[in-house]
Amino acid sequence: MNKGLIHSFESFGAVDGPGIRFIVFLSGCPLRCLYCHNPDTWCKRANFEMYPDEVMKKILTYKNFIKKGGVTISGGEPLMQSKFCEELINLCKSENIHTAIDTSGIIDLKLSQNAIKKSDLILLDIKDIDKNDSIKLTGKSNINAIKTLDFCESINKPVWIRHVLLPNYTLIDSKLERLATFLKQYKCVQKIELLPYHTLGKFKWDELGLEYKLKDIDPPSNEEVEKARKIFGI
Amino acid sequence: MKFIDGDWQKEINLRDFIVKNYTPYDGDSSFLEGPTEKTTTLWSKVLELLKEERVRGGIYEIDEKNISTITSHGEGYIDKELEEIVGLQTDVPLKRSIMPFGGIRMVEASLKAYNKELPENISEIFKYRKTHNDGVFDVYTEAMKTARRTGIITGLPDAYGRGRIIGDYRRVPLYGVDRLIEEKQNAKNSRDFDPMYGDTVRDLEEIAEQIKSLFELKEMALYYGFDISQPAKNTKEAFQWLYFAYLAAIKEQNGAAMSLGRVSTFLDIYSEYDLKNNVFTEKEIQEIVDHFVMKLRMVRFLRTPAYDELFSGDPTWVTESIAGIGLDGRHMVTKMSYRFLHTLVNLGAAPEPNLTVLWSSKLPETFRNFCSEISIKTSSIQYENDELMRNKFGDDYGIACCVSAMKIGKQMQFFGARANFAKALLYAINDGYDEKNGEKLCEGVGKISDGPLKFDEVMEKFDYVCEWLTKLYINTLNIIHYMHDKYCYERVQMALHDEEIIRTSACGISGLSVVVDSLSAIKYAKVTPLRDENGFVYDFKIEGDFPKFGNNDPQVDDLATMLVERFMKRLSRRRTYRNSIPTMSILTITSNVVYGKVTGATPDGRKSGEPFAPGANPMHGRDTNGCIASMLSVAKIPYDSAEDGISYTFSVIPDALGKSESEKVENLTSLLDGYTLENGHHINVNVINKETLIDAMNHPEKYPQLTIRVSGYAVNFIKLTKEQQLDVIHRTFHTVM
Repeated sequence: MNKGLIHSFESFGAVDGPGIRFIVFLSGCPLRCLYCHNPDTWCKRANFEMYPDEVMKKILTYKNFIKKGGVTISGGEPLMQSKFCEELINLCKSENIHTAIDTSGIIDLKLSQNAIKKSDLILLDIKDIDKNDSIKLTGKSNINAIKTLDFCESINKPVWIRHVLLPNYTLIDSKLERLATFLKQYKCVQKIELLPYHTLGKFKWDELGLEYKLKDIDPPSNEEVEKARKIFGI
Repeated sequence: MKFIDGDWQKEINLRDFIVKNYTPYDGDSSFLEGPTEKTTTLWSKVLELLKEERVRGGIYEIDEKNISTITSHGEGYIDKELEEIVGLQTDVPLKRSIMPFGGIRMVEASLKAYNKELPENISEIFKYRKTHNDGVFDVYTEAMKTARRTGIITGLPDAYGRGRIIGDYRRVPLYGVDRLIEEKQNAKNSRDFDPMYGDTVRDLEEIAEQIKSLFELKEMALYYGFDISQPAKNTKEAFQWLYFAYLAAIKEQNGAAMSLGRVSTFLDIYSEYDLKNNVFTEKEIQEIVDHFVMKLRMVRFLRTPAYDELFSGDPTWVTESIAGIGLDGRHMVTKMSYRFLHTLVNLGAAPEPNLTVLWSSKLPETFRNFCSEISIKTSSIQYENDELMRNKFGDDYGIACCVSAMKIGKQMQFFGARANFAKALLYAINDGYDEKNGEKLCEGVGKISDGPLKFDEVMEKFDYVCEWLTKLYINTLNIIHYMHDKYCYERVQMALHDEEIIRTSACGISGLSVVVDSLSAIKYAKVTPLRDENGFVYDFKIEGDFPKFGNNDPQVDDLATMLVERFMKRLSRRRTYRNSIPTMSILTITSNVVYGKVTGATPDGRKSGEPFAPGANPMHGRDTNGCIASMLSVAKIPYDSAEDGISYTFSVIPDALGKSESEKVENLTSLLDGYTLENGHHINVNVINKETLIDAMNHPEKYPQLTIRVSGYAVNFIKLTKEQQLDVIHRTFHTVM
């Protein structure tokens, strides 16, 4: 069994997959997204080190609440600990608990595909439709994310796409239209969630002594979000 | 009207009537009707009155000239042309009258606070007539007076009506008053040959008073042109008769909690009959419900400023218990269950009547989702676990006040407010001295050894203090309830009870999570007391981390269970007045702020004077694993050791419940199902934005009907003191990141 490096738990996740979900936030992420609201998960240093069965024991105490929901593994980038994810998902399966992985798709498929195959649902965060803009926004290109999406399509794995609307970076009509068109070709995409940029996580950057590069950017207005939703037909 | 026969015809037996005649409803809410024009017009008149009441400083008008009794005041209306259900406490809507039998000094204080004076002829009466308050203070020991002063026990009903009695108001529409008088007279006559000893004489005098009050009830109804000697003949009469019974109760008594009972399923029997026989339409029935509920929202009592600090927001706890499951397995959701909740839509949100859903995951899904929907819209509903309570109380129980279940018409509670659990811990650490005023209240605790606190030593001394405390507490309650029975008897409410009833001595504790976390700190971290020049501990140095209550961690949650069980065990060993059974609640109402003010710094890191968490809630900000972890910690507290109720307040912003409206509803339903499956007892649900509350604090005029749920009841947020408002805002809000 592989030990998991865990950042924290959230017992009431209502916006991370279907129903009420128990969320396991894993430590470590290779990306450095400018708008990250969990920069305290970048470092792989854990708050808890636990084996999958120990985590499962915790999850089972919440069973009466997650009947219509399940477990979501997030982070950080959970697929940095792909083997741990796979083992935890197997345990959930044996208890008939629905599973979801919340990932950026950055990890090479060679390492991540087993966990992806086992999970019931993939929440895939497409950071940017443009390869070069992606590097500006996250530090890495979007190639792996797209390869991950293609893989999910090939195995009919249900996917919910998440895309953060960041003014000046992604909240641009032409880019949104390109992304919408791009996603239309995928049958595995069941849902698209547009997440307006917010600043609730900014204090964490201050705490870590990191320079917050989006100081001058305000969250999008309700009208801007509505316009974006119309482009995607949602 | 033709009902299904049963035992209910031969004897006073509401449960039999209900079980044989009610119609479970499995459909959805689409049958519900909006407000009629009469309702809208009438309600806007009431809103004007409420606005004026606020402008006048919280009191609309006072009648200081007439002592309030069942028959003291003639008819009163909001607008006679519009009201389908009539009857006011006085002759003017929202006017408050005086009820001096609980205590004359309190009435004087209340009047003074509003620049009024007690008339000469009334203070003359009370030179010769003793009150409940007089009696209690004649017998209180010095120790009891000191305990009240320091706040180790507070909120005691020694100066105000004790409440926690639910008359079975349904008996009046079902049987008519004449039949009830006859039954009581038979009960009295059947004891003619009993040897006349103390208790028997008292019991017979009580029945005599009950009979008199029933005659007065008839007289009161006649003022309004109604003869209620016979059973109600249709839905409108059923509501009117029932309301008259309740009205008589609130004219006679100003109990802290004047709860309504479990009337909705009963009343549905009439409305189903009338719908089938085309006597009334659905719209007309909803109109009757709306007008009835409007009256319940207008119940008012004259209180002292001290009372208002403890029970902020003008609470009356007109608690109506809705739904639940029958002993035969059928659910008890009826169309009337929907109609009562629908008044929150037709009339807007309000804290009263205190709508309480007796929840089970086995209730129809349509109904459960309907409740969640209304909660998200109005935050005006509380939920209690029917599965837990049905075992102990059957299927005809109601909730008194906020969380306290009892069989309707067969049980009453001797209300005992609460003991300050956190202060008791400080007494254990401070050799029995009060940490705020330096008086020694508890002898024989012994000085605690130097250096960091040791868990076993603290527990030993805490056990000792609790033994002293429970004895003092029950003795105090015994005096209070003896005197209340003697000088301030609830005649008409008890007339609507069986002669032989169960009584409970309903104690309580406040500051549970403070004590739990304190003991956890002492056990798992290092806590060193800091002493002043007199040797008193005034603060604590905490080194290292410790698990905190509210994170579903058995290491600390087990401490909570242990503490509750131990305290209850001690209470159950005490000798009580009138053979009442000791019970306990973990409930504070808004008094968690007041209790915190009078309590010094505690070993969990709480600073001196800081509010406690409400009820059984974890302390603000210490739950760091999300709200379900918090719920699981609270759900573990054993209801068997706290049968008077375990109160939990849950506040959440709408976005954290889910993305779409339907997801929010489903998720809230799942939360409530999960909580009750885990044996959680009670939950207030507040679905609100922090920004809204801050705005309401600064601009109360914009939110006249903003309702939130504070531990145990829904309150009009703008009626709270600023301190209490800040407390609610700082309380754990589960936001989304």
